[in-house]
Amino acid sequence: MDWVVFVAAGIAVLAGALGVVLATHPVHSALMLVMTLFGVAVLFVAQQAHFLAAVQIIVYAGAIVVLFLFVIMLLGVDRSENVRAEPLPFQRPIAYVAGAGVVAAVFLLARTTWVSGAQSAAGPADGPGSNIEKLADSLFTRYLLAFEMTSVLLVIAVVGAVVLARHSPTGGVRDSEAS
Amino acid sequence: MGDPLYADGINAAVLLIVAAKVLVVFAFLMVSVLFMVWFERKVISDMQSRIGPDRAGPWGLLQTLADGIKLFFKEDLLPDQADRRIFHLAPYLSIVPAFAAFAVVPFGGTISIAGHHTQLQLADPPVGVLFLLAMSSIAVYGVMLAGWASGSKYPLLGSVRASAQMVSYEAAMSLAVAAAVLAAGSLSTRDIVIAQEGYRWNLWVLGVVPFVIYLIAATAETNRPPFDLVEAEQELVGGFHTEYSSISFALFFLAEFMNTVTVSAVAVTLFLGGPNGPHIGFLPDLWPVVWFLGKLLCFLFVYVWFRATLPRFRYDQLMDLGWKKLIPLALYWLLLIAALRIGRDQGWNAGIVLAVGVAVGAVAWAALGAALRQGETVKAAA
Repeated sequence: MDWVVFVAAGIAVLAGALGVVLATHPVHSALMLVMTLFGVAVLFVAQQAHFLAAVQIIVYAGAIVVLFLFVIMLLGVDRSENVRAEPLPFQRPIAYVAGAGVVAAVFLLARTTWVSGAQSAAGPADGPGSNIEKLADSLFTRYLLAFEMTSVLLVIAVVGAVVLARHSPTGGVRDSEAS
Repeated sequence: MGDPLYADGINAAVLLIVAAKVLVVFAFLMVSVLFMVWFERKVISDMQSRIGPDRAGPWGLLQTLADGIKLFFKEDLLPDQADRRIFHLAPYLSIVPAFAAFAVVPFGGTISIAGHHTQLQLADPPVGVLFLLAMSSIAVYGVMLAGWASGSKYPLLGSVRASAQMVSYEAAMSLAVAAAVLAAGSLSTRDIVIAQEGYRWNLWVLGVVPFVIYLIAATAETNRPPFDLVEAEQELVGGFHTEYSSISFALFFLAEFMNTVTVSAVAVTLFLGGPNGPHIGFLPDLWPVVWFLGKLLCFLFVYVWFRATLPRFRYDQLMDLGWKKLIPLALYWLLLIAALRIGRDQGWNAGIVLAVGVAVGAVAWAALGAALRQGETVKAAA
């Protein structure tokens, strides 16, 4: 049963990933990315990481890719790219070499325990309480500083975006553009 | 935790019961959509002193069925500029989340079929509420892609409006739902219902505010009046589904009404105690389902009432209400409830906690008001 779920989700992930790269249309690529995200969410559920799966769907599929689609639609880049035209003549061979290197690295990492076989820093999830309670517990006690730093970073990003996007009170143009 | 059905492993009988439950829920949603369309037309016509549909079947009950059959026999048109695959995909992207969200709604107690105990609920994942939020955030794809794939101006405008509206109100809705999660201390919908037993409904336990915020935000999420700017006829022809006809249009129509039923069912679960109600000795398994359906019907009536009473919002009013009123209020209320809860756990004086909370709220409200006024003067000067 686990095997069937793994194969089905794996096919969805790989097909989606290939689709992202091979689709000539940006909107199709974005939708293929959603398929990959759903496949990964199913794999998370199969690993009993329910919370991670739900958050993956809410944040990545529900917010980030929606933002991608917004940008694609509003900026009018929603047309097929001509993949034959090459602005840099030698980028294609370099891409092949780099791609082969990444594939080799992934296989290497999958076979070495010192990268993929390490225990999580917080230790295995056992004892009483649900998965989510444990996650919340370590997030709000042991990793509180990192959690708060991340939230501060996000607030700074929001404030920065507002400052960049707003018009100055003295008529439309920002000071940096006027000078 | 979890459905007792899976306690003894999975065998053919268990699979059969699960399949039967899926079938029952699917049939229930379909029939409830048929009923809801008829109910809406009938109630609105009563409110407007008209007769409403009365030709097909008794009291016009079969009118929706007739309309559905008519739609299926129409020609399915594909606009010239359309993106063929996405154009056909979009209606399904809009109906699947509406159906899937209902899967975690508990609509009855635990019953036993042929020696197997099972909950009257399709699935009870430990992250039920997050699943609901995930489905409501996925629902935006159908509307967004339908408008874009039509390759035409009005649908695109409609879908951009719709996506902005749905994304904005999701924040307020999530904060209101978080209050219910805080009260139960669990993300499982079944646990939230159990926590509300004995008429400790979240509606009054949390104060009425989260419920009202959920009601408004859910109306905006489903694009129902008074927030139906997505299909504002005077401005956008038919909105995102202008170019759709035949079965594709029927699917959008179905999704819209199914969404209404689903968000009402979620509201009943989170705030009105789900299937909880008076215990009656006669047929004990049946009554929770009856209470659930009764509460659901009250909710659906409220939605129809909204539609018959309230004029449509202007777009800037919609965004102001969402961002400047509902989100700050929902956030404040969540913090206040959390403070009161911590105060209770730590044995602090509830009166002092409440007074400090109200004082902080007043300061925050004044600061927000000042910021908004500043924004208005900037806008006026520009």
